[in-house]
Amino acid sequence: MLDDSRPIFLQIAELIEGDIVAGALAEEAQAPSTNEFAAFYRINPATAAKGINKLVDEGILYKKRGIGMFVATGARTRLLERRREEFFHDFVQPLTREARRLGISADALADMINRSNSDPVLTERSAGRWMH
Amino acid sequence: MDALTLPPVIELTGVTKRYKDTKAVDGVTLRIDGGKIYGLLGRNGAGKTTLMSILTAQDPETSGTVRVFGQHPYENDAVLSRMCFIRESQKYPGDFTPAQAFKSASLFFANWDQDFADRLVEEFALPLKRRIKKLSRGQLSAVGVVIGLAARAELTFFDEPYLGLDAFARQIFYDRLVEDYSRHPRTIILSSHLIDEVANLLEHVLLIDQGRIILDDDAENIRGSAVTVTGEETNVAAFTAGRTVLHRERLGSLASVTMEARLGSADRARAADLGLELSPVSLQQFVVRKTTAAAGRAGVEPRTVTEPSELEVAP
Repeated sequence: MLDDSRPIFLQIAELIEGDIVAGALAEEAQAPSTNEFAAFYRINPATAAKGINKLVDEGILYKKRGIGMFVATGARTRLLERRREEFFHDFVQPLTREARRLGISADALADMINRSNSDPVLTERSAGRWMH
Repeated sequence: MDALTLPPVIELTGVTKRYKDTKAVDGVTLRIDGGKIYGLLGRNGAGKTTLMSILTAQDPETSGTVRVFGQHPYENDAVLSRMCFIRESQKYPGDFTPAQAFKSASLFFANWDQDFADRLVEEFALPLKRRIKKLSRGQLSAVGVVIGLAARAELTFFDEPYLGLDAFARQIFYDRLVEDYSRHPRTIILSSHLIDEVANLLEHVLLIDQGRIILDDDAENIRGSAVTVTGEETNVAAFTAGRTVLHRERLGSLASVTMEARLGSADRARAADLGLELSPVSLQQFVVRKTTAAAGRAGVEPRTVTEPSELEVAP
C-alpha cells in the first residue's frame, strides 16, 4: 500500500483523497484520526499528522475542535476536477508511450479502450477499508 | 510550543570516545529534540552502542561536550531517572524472575504503567515466575521490551532489543510502540539492523559510520531522495550524468545505477523515453549505499555488499 518512492505523508493524503473521490468517505463525515492512521498503516504518528494537515491546508478536511477531522463540503468535486486534470499526464501519456513502443496503432488503442469500457469487471476501490 | 523553541533533549558537541588507538566515536555533534522517534542506524562496530553508552552514562566520553536534559549525565541521578536504556543483552540480577524485574522497574520509573506491562506480558506469553536465566533468548528480549515500553521514560533507548524475537513478536513490539507513543509522546531512540521493519516508525534518522554521523535527516526527507535507474548502459549513463552516484552495477549491456536525486515529472518522462526503469530506494538500501559510498570516499576498502540483507544479523 505504501511505497518507498515518495514521502509517506503524501501517500497518506492521497489515500484519504482516494476515499473521498470513491465516496467511501462522504462529505461532512469524520475522517480517521492521526492515531488511527498511525496504528493502521504502522507509521509514525507525526507522519500521519503531516498528511492530514496537508489536506486541512488545502481545505479538503477541516478541524472541529475537540472532536476531530471532517470532510469539507465540496471536497469531492474539487478532488475530481484535480484528478481529471492529472489524468492525461498520469495515465494517457504513459499509455500512448508504451503503445508506440509496442507498435500498437492509435486505432487499435481506441479499440482496446472501447473493449475495456464494456468489460463489467471494473475494480472499484474498496469502500470498507476502515471497517476492519 | 514549537519543537525548535524547546531545549533539545540531547546535545553533543565534538564528542569523541577513544579506546587505545581507535576512535569508537569520532567528533560527533548532534541534537536530539523531544517527542520524536529516532532511528540510530549503522553497521556492527560503527559506534552505535558506544554512543548510547555515553548518553546513558555507562561509559564516559574521552572529549567533547555531552548534555542530556541540559546536564552532564555521568553519575547524575536527576538525568538518569528520566531515561531508560534497553540493551541487546540486558543483564538482570542472578536469581531474578520477570515479575521481580518488573517490580523493581516500577519502583524506579516514575511513569511506569502496570496495566500496560501486564498486557504486554500476556501478549509475549512471558512466564512471570521463571528465573530470567532460564528464559529463552526471545523471552529475555521480551522482558527488556516490556520494561522499555511500560517505563514510559521521557528518553528511551532500545539498542537492538529484538534478539531471538520472531517476526510475530517483533510486530507486537512495533505495534505497541506506535500505539503507546501516539498517546504518550516521548523521545525514543531505536537502534536496529532490521531497517525495513522499523523504517516507517521513524521520524528522524541518524546514520553512524566509523564513529561519525554521516546522515542526520528526517525520514520523510530521505524517502524519494534516491532512485535506482536500470536500462541500457549508454542511456543510463546519459540519464545519470552529473548526479551523485551511490552505487553502480553492470550485467552485460545493462546498467543499474543508484543516484541521489528527487525526480520531477519531466525526468520521469525522459527516463521512460530512454526505456529506463526507475525503482524506489528503501531506507535500508539507502543506508547500505550511503555507508559503502562513505567507506569508498574515506579510502577504506568497502566490504562487498551485494544485498542489503548483509547488514542484517540473522536472529
